[in-house]
Parts: sequence; C-alpha cells; structure tokens
Amino acid sequence: MCLGIPAKVIEIKEDNTGKVDYLGTKIKVNFSLIDDIKVGDYVILHAGFAISKLDEKEVEETLSLLKDFIENK
Amino acid sequence: MIVESFRNKEFIEAILKKIQEKIKKIGFSPKIMEVCGTHTMTIHKFGLRKLLKDSGIEMLSGPGCPVCVTPNEIVEASIDLLSNHRNLILATFGDMTRVPTKKGSLLTSIPAEGSFKKIVYSPEECLNIAKENRDKEVVFLGAGFETTIPSIAFTIIRAFKEKIYNFSLLSALWLIPPPLQAIVKSEEININGFLYPGHVSTIIGKKPYEFIANEYKIPGTITGFEPVDILLGINDILDQILESNPLVTIQYKRAVRPEGNPKAMNMIYEVFEKKDANWRGLGLIPQSGLKLKEELSQFDAERKFNLKIKSQSKDLRGCRCGDVLKGKISPPECPSFGKTCSPESPRGPCMVSFEGACLAYYKYGY
Repeated sequence: MCLGIPAKVIEIKEDNTGKVDYLGTKIKVNFSLIDDIKVGDYVILHAGFAISKLDEKEVEETLSLLKDFIENK
Repeated sequence: MIVESFRNKEFIEAILKKIQEKIKKIGFSPKIMEVCGTHTMTIHKFGLRKLLKDSGIEMLSGPGCPVCVTPNEIVEASIDLLSNHRNLILATFGDMTRVPTKKGSLLTSIPAEGSFKKIVYSPEECLNIAKENRDKEVVFLGAGFETTIPSIAFTIIRAFKEKIYNFSLLSALWLIPPPLQAIVKSEEININGFLYPGHVSTIIGKKPYEFIANEYKIPGTITGFEPVDILLGINDILDQILESNPLVTIQYKRAVRPEGNPKAMNMIYEVFEKKDANWRGLGLIPQSGLKLKEELSQFDAERKFNLKIKSQSKDLRGCRCGDVLKGKISPPECPSFGKTCSPESPRGPCMVSFEGACLAYYKYGY
C-alpha cells in the first residue's frame, strides 16, 4: 500500500535513522535511501524507509496551475 | 495542508470540466489503465470511477498490487515452511497472511513446533527478530515492487555486514515495466493511456516506461495518489491523445524526479539480479522478477530450505484475479464477486489486499 500523504522529519540520528510525524503519529524511519535530508523536510514513506524528499516548490507550482484552471473555468 | 489542496472540490470540478471538453474533441471513449493498486483505491474511494465513466473515460485496473500478482506457489511454499520446519519464524506484510490457496492461508496454517508467524511493517524489523531469536530461522516472505525492493536490499546488506545468518528472504519481488510490456504486446485489450505508479517511479524514474510511448505509441503520465493528481494525470493523457504525441510525463513532480532515486537503484542491483518470473494471470514474463546474487545466496530461503517452487499452482475454483490483473475483466464481471468471494471469505488475493481491485470495488461500490 502506498502512503500518499507526506511525513515531516522531526529527528535524524547519526546512523541515518530518526523519526517523522505522520498525521500526528511519531514513527521511526530509516533515511538511508535518500541524501541531504534535514529536520523540517517532508518525505514519502514506504515500509519503514523514506524513499523520496518532497519538493515544496513543485507543490506550489501545481497549486498555482490549479488556481489558473479555476480562474479560466 | 498539501493533502487538503489535492482533495479540494473546486479544483476537482475545474479539472473535470476540462477533461469533459477534451473528450468531446477526441470523439471516442479512451480506456486508461491505472497501473498502481493505490491508484485503484483512490479512484474508488473518491468516487472518480463513476465521475470519469459519466465523462466518457473507462478506467481499467492494472497489475500494480504485489500481493495480487504473487502466484499461489510462492504463498504455498511459505505455508509448507511454516508447517514443516521447527523453530522457524515466518515474517511478512499483513496482507500476505490472508491470501487463500489450496493449502489454506498463512493465517489458518498451524506452525510446526517452536515456529510461528509474525506480521512486520518494515523488512528491517526481521533483523531484530533474528537477533533476538538466534536459535530460530527467520524467513521474510517479501512481496513488493521497486518501491519496496530497496528497503529489502538494505536489509540484506545489513544482515551480511552484521553476520545475521539465521535470516533469509523468500522472494516475491516484481518489476513493473515488464508486465506493462506483456499487456500491450498481448493486444488482448486496447489501452489508450497509462497512469504510471507514483512511488515505484520515485525509485525508477521515467525512462523505463519510455518504450511504451516510443514503440507502442501509447500516452502516459506518472501520477500521485490524491484525487486531483489522478485527474491532472488523465488531463495530461488526453492532451497527448489530442496532439497525437505519446510521451511519459511526470504529473507527480513533488515526489518524482526524472532520474528516479539512483542511490536506491544501486542498492537494488548490489543485492539482486533479474530472473524470469511467473506472475498470477500474466504467466511467465522474461526478466520480470528478482533473485539474490550468487554471493548472497546464503540469505536465499529457496536455497537454504531447498524449496522447489516450480509449476504454477492453481487458483481456487471460481477466482478470476488473473483476468482482473490484466484488465481483461472488471471485478463485478467475475461470477464469484460478492457471492462466493468477499473480504470476509476471499477466493483470491484481489479481494484480500488493500490494493486489490476486487476489494476496492467491493468496499466502495462502482
């Protein structure tokens, strides 16, 4: 099952594990599959691992595209 | 906040209107396959299948549920292991324990003396179980696509480095592009577009799908799991149909990079190599599964326990999961659907898994 809702990174330890906040629940996660991660980033989770970092700039771009759609309805 | 925006009613209405305008211009009802089981769930949960059907689009569910595509002989091998081997812990993801076979399911099987089954959330959990139970063998029945495979590869590397030799893997690991090729090649159904899986693509990127646009001229886009994502993806496919310009685009840019996740890909092929594999419904597909490399074969449960997983086991009578996975029939067209097959008493994995098309149809209607 894919988890479409991103989780917020709240703790990163030296061994590349840490914790995320997923819809208010704190979950232990392994960050070994991705690079350049920092507290406050949003990540996509799968089977106990973070598999991708969310690009917040792209979120904004999609949202502005959607707003265009509504205005040109 | 992100989630709310991607479920926003106004956005959904605006995209749907655009889709309806484009369908009029196209002049036929396109068939679009959602490859991923979680897409299937989103499409049902938010009532999109009916909205789209009324707009002139037929959505077909694809082979994107790992529990569903795993043929019964692998599940039966895990049942035999659990029932016949003393002091063995069979660990797997929750859905796998309920898949019905001619030998029953893992859930209903009686373990041998000192053995038991364990549901895990992450493959890495198995290593702690193995360390805490040095007198037992821990076998992980791992079912998954490219999304899950890196976490299993990481676990194998850790087991090797930490010398956790009482851990092994029973592989039910599948690659997504080969069955898509099998589906378009078979010409059993005419597909006009693909919604490619979002999270498999975070790992493999867009390149592995490009043969579908280039050789088979079928449009497609990688999309996410919110209703707005699905509709934006379909809107993108309709643009490609209108412009007669089949491509692989990325709608789910917030999570997917064109190159995927090279670190995870390297980890996969550090541990595994491709093999020909049997899929439920689709049969033998060349180079579509993964096995551990020779130098890591000590972690291969098939070798360790001399399992003979060969011929394809029969599905339970009346189960047409195989045809559902190919998009050949929709779940309600199966005579067993809702009658002799339900989530309480499933006849096949498509009614068991949370990514199964039959469960989606049963749970949310159609």
